[in-house]
Amino acid sequence: MQISQVSLAVLEILPRGASEGIELLWRLIRAGRRGTRAFLWPFCALELNPGEWKEGGEVALCEHLSLAIGFISNIIALGIGLPYGAAAAWYGGAVDFVLIRIIEIINSVPNLLLGILIISVLGPGFRNVLFVFAVTGWMGIARLVRGQFLSLREQDYVLAATCIGVPNYRIIIRHLLPNTLSPIIVSVTLGIPGAILGESGLSFLGIGINPPLPSWGRMLNDYLSAIQSHWYLAFFPGLMIALAMYAFTLMGDGLQDALDPTK
Amino acid sequence: MIPTVIIITVAVFWMLKLAPGDPLDLLLAGNPDISPEHVERIKKLYGYDRPIYEQYGRWLWQVVQGNLGYSRIYHRPVTEIIPDRLINTLILTGSSLIFSLLIAIPIGVYTALRQYSLLDYLFSFLSFFGIAMPVFWFGLILILFLSIQLKLLPPGGHYSLEREVGILTVLRYSIMPVIVLSLFSMASWMRYMRSGMLEVIHEDYVRTARAKGLAEGRVIVRHALKNALIPMVTLIALSIPGLISGAVLTETIFSWPGMGRLIYDSLINNDFNIAMAVFLIFAFLVAFFNLAADILYAFIDPRVVYT
Repeated sequence: MQISQVSLAVLEILPRGASEGIELLWRLIRAGRRGTRAFLWPFCALELNPGEWKEGGEVALCEHLSLAIGFISNIIALGIGLPYGAAAAWYGGAVDFVLIRIIEIINSVPNLLLGILIISVLGPGFRNVLFVFAVTGWMGIARLVRGQFLSLREQDYVLAATCIGVPNYRIIIRHLLPNTLSPIIVSVTLGIPGAILGESGLSFLGIGINPPLPSWGRMLNDYLSAIQSHWYLAFFPGLMIALAMYAFTLMGDGLQDALDPTK
Repeated sequence: MIPTVIIITVAVFWMLKLAPGDPLDLLLAGNPDISPEHVERIKKLYGYDRPIYEQYGRWLWQVVQGNLGYSRIYHRPVTEIIPDRLINTLILTGSSLIFSLLIAIPIGVYTALRQYSLLDYLFSFLSFFGIAMPVFWFGLILILFLSIQLKLLPPGGHYSLEREVGILTVLRYSIMPVIVLSLFSMASWMRYMRSGMLEVIHEDYVRTARAKGLAEGRVIVRHALKNALIPMVTLIALSIPGLISGAVLTETIFSWPGMGRLIYDSLINNDFNIAMAVFLIFAFLVAFFNLAADILYAFIDPRVVYT
């Protein structure tokens, strides 16, 4: 119940766009299992055997897995991207050149193809899917951190700190990082729907999360062949992906406006 | 450009070699009587006993000579398979690129000029939805309504299956894939165009243009739009890899015989030569578009000087 109090407190502080997004997301998490069953129930009761409508619960479990993939992979991506970008900006010169070239090279391979390639080497499964999004997600954050650091490094207060003999690591932690925080938060929030969409894409191709664990994308693919007779089986998993994406995008956009000091 | 492509092929080559199941596994599984000496002999024949860098060197040397190898699942040379597929994918991605630009730029400009109007709100809602909508789900909905309910368009496949191929059949088959693939880029470019235009429209030179009595249309097109388009060039070049990713999914839903489907099949079936060839071509395409964007950038923005 602590979480709900925190989220209520957050709701009051943030402007409308962000709070709408969080609220939608919160409802999605809370009402997940029951809600999606209620969605499917009228259709299931009409046409399916009782055995077949376990799927309603499955739609809800998928959302937990998708959210887990979204959050964890972005935290890993942050863990790689932040030090990487900081190192590129702080050392500059040849180090910067090499680090940025590496990002450019990885970026020029389409993300989904890189995902399929990694999955074909490691095999499908929850952990490997996480790995895919950690690998494909950190470049954006690294670029962002580098850009921010480069512009912040020229600020007077950094010069002042250097003059009075503050060590490098302390300048980075106390002066540069706090000022980079808000764009990073926005970038991570917008990275989560990306990972969710990517996961459902991989699962849609049949190489995402392994069968005992449910996935929206996989369900969509499984029921694609039954689309003529039971259209809703493939329709609702897709709707859930779209709703989750919509909630996160709205939240990211709201946060962007809320954290932008120039507005 | 060339070093980037070479580094990508090295990395992909190495990863594919790490993948479980080399080409000989299939041979062994299909023939239980094969003796270890035969396996060794075949390995030597194809060079699989050599170290990886030597195998890569051989592959690269063959590619330079125009030989991309032989496909294991299609039993044809790769150079015969690729061109048709490449053309299909280029048709799909190219037309959706043009389609989304044709829609996104006018709407972006309009919503910036009429900020906070009803249509502005409508389009910004639609663009959010376009970004949130998974490609494969949108495709599914279109198939449900347009092909299954209304029976207007074929649910998938390629126009070359029809007996007569006219402009109408090509349109009938490609209209849904193009719309589905365009949706995401259209929605995001619309938003970028709107914010870019909003930024430019409050600049001093736009006010100057208005003050000297230019017609409003001329101010918008010649002074504002031209400057708002500059950042779009980079954005479009950067979105090419994403468009290719989207093409893989779109081609899967509509069974469109293109490169995306080809690479998926080849990676899953461990068809080494095709996978390498497709990655090589995609790497070239992306590098080419980045270069084109840089050149175009200098061309449309005279302030940019390359040293």
